[in-house]
Amino acid sequence: MSTPLLDIEDLSITFGEKTAAVRGASFQIGRGETHCIVGESGCGKSVSALAIMNLLVRSAKRTAKRLSFAGEDLLGMDERKMARIRGNRMAMIFQEPMTSLNPAYTIGSQLTESYRRHKRAPQSEAVERAVKLMGRVGITAPEIRLGQFPHQLSGGLRQRVMIAMALMCEPELLIADEPTTALDVTVQAQILRLLNELKDEFGLSILLITHDLGVVARVADHVSVMYAGEVVERASAAQLFADPQHPYTRGLLSCIPVPGRLDRDKPLGSIPGVVPQIAVGFGGCAFRSRCSFADGECAGQIPSQTATAGHTYLCRLTPASQRERATA
Amino acid sequence: MAGGIFTQARHVIAVDGVSLSVPAGSVLGVVGESGCGKSTLARLILGLMAPTSGDTLVHGQSLASLDRKARARLIQPVFQDPFSSLNPRQTIQEIVSLPLVAQGTYKREEIVKLTADILDRVGISRVMATRLPSELSGGQRQRVAIARALVIKPKVVVCDEPTSALDVSVQAQILNLLSDLRRDFNLTYLFISHNLAVIEHIASTVAVMYLGRIVEMNETDALFRNPRHPYTRALLESVLTPDPSLGIPDVGLGDVIPDPSNIPPGCRFHPRCRIAVDRCRHEAPKPAGGDGRMVECHLATPDSPLQLVGGQYAQA
Repeated sequence: MSTPLLDIEDLSITFGEKTAAVRGASFQIGRGETHCIVGESGCGKSVSALAIMNLLVRSAKRTAKRLSFAGEDLLGMDERKMARIRGNRMAMIFQEPMTSLNPAYTIGSQLTESYRRHKRAPQSEAVERAVKLMGRVGITAPEIRLGQFPHQLSGGLRQRVMIAMALMCEPELLIADEPTTALDVTVQAQILRLLNELKDEFGLSILLITHDLGVVARVADHVSVMYAGEVVERASAAQLFADPQHPYTRGLLSCIPVPGRLDRDKPLGSIPGVVPQIAVGFGGCAFRSRCSFADGECAGQIPSQTATAGHTYLCRLTPASQRERATA
Repeated sequence: MAGGIFTQARHVIAVDGVSLSVPAGSVLGVVGESGCGKSTLARLILGLMAPTSGDTLVHGQSLASLDRKARARLIQPVFQDPFSSLNPRQTIQEIVSLPLVAQGTYKREEIVKLTADILDRVGISRVMATRLPSELSGGQRQRVAIARALVIKPKVVVCDEPTSALDVSVQAQILNLLSDLRRDFNLTYLFISHNLAVIEHIASTVAVMYLGRIVEMNETDALFRNPRHPYTRALLESVLTPDPSLGIPDVGLGDVIPDPSNIPPGCRFHPRCRIAVDRCRHEAPKPAGGDGRMVECHLATPDSPLQLVGGQYAQA
């Protein structure tokens, strides 16, 4: 792609001496693109997002071959410069709007805060923009909301407030960490529609982190599947669902109960075991303890294979060899 | 049954006139969104809350007439959050034995054996049994919660979103376990979930709740094939199946938020209903049907097959 908006190569994050939360992950996000990072607990997806914004706890260490935003290096950037990007050109929304909105401040003051700071705008201008954005994201009676507190709003409304807050400074990149997981399914559909519309309207790129493959299928242009700190498969959404390559991706897809397509007498596909904790210095494939096709060689170096252009995965085996092993 | 909770001076009727009949050995799935009253219903049935009116009968026995210990022998819960439902300061063994110890009628050797047996059955090893909950994963803790519910061999298990807090691959393991246990122990489940696909997989009958009432109930296959209430349809159309050729559905529910402390007049769903007419605004619909099949809507379609076309329901 032409210069990606977000270009990350070989990102690694360790906590203390022992835990390797992310190990050599790479992501590229183009302008106007929705990129989903999908994975389960402990895969490193949320931590990767925090690393991009440099919001990790002090005991965490991040390293990468490249970590750049709109051509600017973020790794070596000092905090003052980073603070001008955060909330301004790059914004983030989180899973639990109740814990990420400050309960002690009004909606209005939280919405206007970053705009006033980054754009050095007067309060009146910030309020006008806040009201306009709240209307745009579907918040009814926006003038009244200005004076309300987070606890007076429902979960869906709070999440809309978070989205409005993130858009106040017209960011180029929106990082959304599980933005709809805590919401009812009908509200989820509304919020995702909204994000899609805003993407087109504002020319946004969206990095959406989720564990829900249904969400991924409906909104993603490109997908990175993470497991235990690594990107085990990367593809366009169409490629990933049509032709998943990595045993973990395929296992995950088989676990999802889909309404209307169920055979109630057959048990659901599941992946036995639990996600391992990876220590620094771990070698070989992290999935091998749960993989039905693994053998002794999976403890060694794992190559990156290419299925088709733009579709890569980390496994010694192709799906054809996996099938052979399954029937053997 | 009606259950209310008081918030300041306002009276919230969280569950309003709900009647259910669940045959032994079956699974009744209850679906609905925030504010529909499904969790309150669970608490009422478990006896954790006293109903304002109405009663729950298990095998013809009124729960209200039983003391806490007798009730515990009949009905047990499995809750959503595996992190807060287990005492962090007790070992797995102690947690799972507690229902037996609390009865006061079991001998020590019986307790030890029953606990070991059930832990084995849910896939928790002897070693793990001596650990604290903080040392187990979410899926393992949920297995412990299930073991604790079953150690006393109840008749009914009320599962309130038992897999919603778990990863997808673990969720499947737990659902398979619950299905197996139901068959082995001939249990009856009341299974609450907002996840329709999970419900379709495990339930034999489904009840759809909205703002405190059941608006539709039917056998699972029939409900998913032919949802008759507009809310059920919207709910099913909102489910995001992993199909990249489809976009995000616009189910047309509007922006009004269902508020149990402010129930609309007439049909309580009318402010969000795509097909509401004047009658719906003034007159509450009566439940129509019987025998485990009902729908409460002035405009419910007759029992004719619908098709799911491009993510939306239409007449076949």
